Amino acid sequence: MTEFEVEATTFRRLILELDNRFPGLGTQVEESMAVAIDGEIYQDAYGAKLLPGSEIVLIPKIGGG
Amino acid sequence: MNYINSDLKVVGTRPIRPDGVDKVTGRALFSADTRASGMLWGKILRSPHAHARILSIDTSKAEALKGVQAVITSADFPNIASEEAFVGEGPMNFRDLSLNIMARGKVLYEGHALAAVAATSPAIAEAALALIDVTYEVLPHVIDVDDAMKDGAPVLHDDMFTAGVNPKPTTPSNIAKVVTFKKGDIDAGFAEAEVIFEDSYTTKPVHQAYIEPHACLASYNPDGQVTIHASSQGHFMIRAYTAKLLGLDMANIRVNPAEIGGGFGGKTLIYLEPVAVALSRKSGKPVKMQMSREDVFRGSGPTSGASVTVKLGAKKDGTIVAAQQVLKFQAGAFAGSPIGPGCMCGFAMYDIPNVDVLGYDVVSNRPKVAAYRAPGAPISSFAVECAVDDLARKLGMDPLVLREKNAVVNGSKTHYGVSHTNIGYKQVLDATRAHPHWKAPLAEGHGRGLAVGFWFNIGGESSATVHINEDGTVMVATGSPDIGGSRASMGMMTAEVLGIPVSKVRTIVADTASIGFTFLTGGSRVTFATGMAVTQAAEKVVEQLKARAAQTWDIPVDAVEWQDGKAVPAGTNAGAFEPLDLAAIAAKQGRTGGPINAEVSVNAQGAGAGFGAHICDVAVDKETGKVEIVRYTAIQDVGKAIHPSYVEGQIQGGAVQGIGWALSEEYIYNDKGQMDNPGFLDYRCPVASDLPMIEAVLVEVPNPRHPFGARGVGEVPIIPPMAAISNAIKGATGLRMPDLPMSPPKVRAAIDAAG
Repeated sequence: MTEFEVEATTFRRLILELDNRFPGLGTQVEESMAVAIDGEIYQDAYGAKLLPGSEIVLIPKIGGG
Repeated sequence: MNYINSDLKVVGTRPIRPDGVDKVTGRALFSADTRASGMLWGKILRSPHAHARILSIDTSKAEALKGVQAVITSADFPNIASEEAFVGEGPMNFRDLSLNIMARGKVLYEGHALAAVAATSPAIAEAALALIDVTYEVLPHVIDVDDAMKDGAPVLHDDMFTAGVNPKPTTPSNIAKVVTFKKGDIDAGFAEAEVIFEDSYTTKPVHQAYIEPHACLASYNPDGQVTIHASSQGHFMIRAYTAKLLGLDMANIRVNPAEIGGGFGGKTLIYLEPVAVALSRKSGKPVKMQMSREDVFRGSGPTSGASVTVKLGAKKDGTIVAAQQVLKFQAGAFAGSPIGPGCMCGFAMYDIPNVDVLGYDVVSNRPKVAAYRAPGAPISSFAVECAVDDLARKLGMDPLVLREKNAVVNGSKTHYGVSHTNIGYKQVLDATRAHPHWKAPLAEGHGRGLAVGFWFNIGGESSATVHINEDGTVMVATGSPDIGGSRASMGMMTAEVLGIPVSKVRTIVADTASIGFTFLTGGSRVTFATGMAVTQAAEKVVEQLKARAAQTWDIPVDAVEWQDGKAVPAGTNAGAFEPLDLAAIAAKQGRTGGPINAEVSVNAQGAGAGFGAHICDVAVDKETGKVEIVRYTAIQDVGKAIHPSYVEGQIQGGAVQGIGWALSEEYIYNDKGQMDNPGFLDYRCPVASDLPMIEAVLVEVPNPRHPFGARGVGEVPIIPPMAAISNAIKGATGLRMPDLPMSPPKVRAAIDAAG
């Protein structure tokens, strides 16, 4: 397990920062994961705002039947 | 705008369904009802073997048969390399989809398509299939998930190395990936537990069993324009996948959505359309294809079968302190079972400090699984809800009390890291406790079971237009195929915003060339996401209507209000004008600026999760092993029921599918890996005469992110039934049935074994 700090105020910035540190990681996260911000799940949302103090969790993308 | 606390006139009522007359009179046009002049009939050659190398395919005799106008194999499809597979929208692995639709090099399940013909009649097409010479090298096969994971099991893909394992394995395997979710410290959790319960469970693959088999009519014109008529859960999905698989531009493909006879997740992908288009391109004629029921069973994706273990640890007062689960899901011939949601949903209703979930996505020689209502969650919850029930017995606690004691609330952090927000689970449990079924006396020999379920529901991209016709009536168009009553609910939400009767609104599903992109109908998303688009479009129309009235009265637009379907002056200072209704404004639309309409596209976020609780009473015939459902109540938080009858219908339908999954549905394979029961006579779904009325109880805890408070409802109700029934059987007989289906021979065998 690796821990590091990232500065980002939107989901898109987070992806770009991950790609900067680990090329391909950001793209992988963008393609296959959703982000939950304070419990609300955002899928495919570059503009989702990451606010200071927010609980931000990456989970696998959800589909449905 | 948000109407959650408004006095609603249309939303929440029960108008007659707009598609009802056509459906009950047989006039509705489903996929197989479309015809074209000069059309050919397409048929698919399917593998009789569960696992084999294709050494050669000789189509010459088939091509020579009079009446045959095209024969295709994988040679007629681009060979999509693995690197390209994730390019473009969506999580679909297009290489796997292409191989699934037309096998290349290897057949991976009985029923796997490997060639297709187009001929002037179905009989000639069938005869042509028999003339295609295929030389197979039959290989050993494996179907059961535990068997497929063993060392020495036949390996389906030489290039499959288990993902999620560090270091990356060097030997190919049938385990496509491993996923884990951890919270707290599981060992410490079990160490502090005073009571522990664990057990193992299995489920068999089941099919979505939609009554309408897959069918399509496709035409590839000489100028490269493609037209497809087909039902599906997403005609934009048909367009995108067909374009990708055949290397075409999307602008050159137009898909017309036919009425759909059930999807449930099984029609969120395609099997026939690219084949029909390829046959049409080769023959120069429209090509119609229809799956038989056998084809549907042998060649289309059902759910996973699975093997699950659950271990729970609790204090004597019922506080659950540790929960562990291992899930092994069949993916079918290609990777991609719903193992992720399976891992996330089982414990999502419980506030447990220490959780450890491990999941395996495993391929085996059966059709690639497709989504089925809340994919992954029903299997996961079957195991967890049976275990929670047995834990309650071990603790000497009432099963509802145990669930109440450990229930998640707003702010509870799940084991997958997300904290619940705006949920209605407590209200569902309260409604369960208050329901007369929970307290009703049980007849002698009957048993009662309780189980709960959770599903995320999704949002996503939707487009909608609202047009005012010149007579003031309204036309609404969306890109969402109607599989659960969305035409009714879209029309009702529009009518509510406009302030007019719903009888003045007509809603259609527009084709791919006539409306903006709309993601497929699935994930319980349409009332939420397309409803959001429709509501916003209607609000934009209201702004235009006010502006037209302002122009007509020659007053500022902010001096106009919209009330009960009419433009009115905002106050006496604005002027003494008679109200203008839609008809009056529309009659002058040209003079005031032109047609009045709005189109809105959204990528809706903030879908509200859903929780359900089911109570089931059963009677068990100890001689035959037959389990009869005596009474069934399904309680669910629906946010806001736009049209309550449809919402009740979704709940009843999902419950019935869960009951079939519990008691009678399964794929039965022979020792050659072939399905022995590919028809509804022997693949036994419940029918109306098997069951009592399913009582659906709608608990409305609004989702503040939807203009009317709606949550998705279609998927939650399939999750609780299997465990509710197993728990009820335990109540009636003292016996736990941990393996699905709990069919009469198995129940009888369990009764006999108990002595």
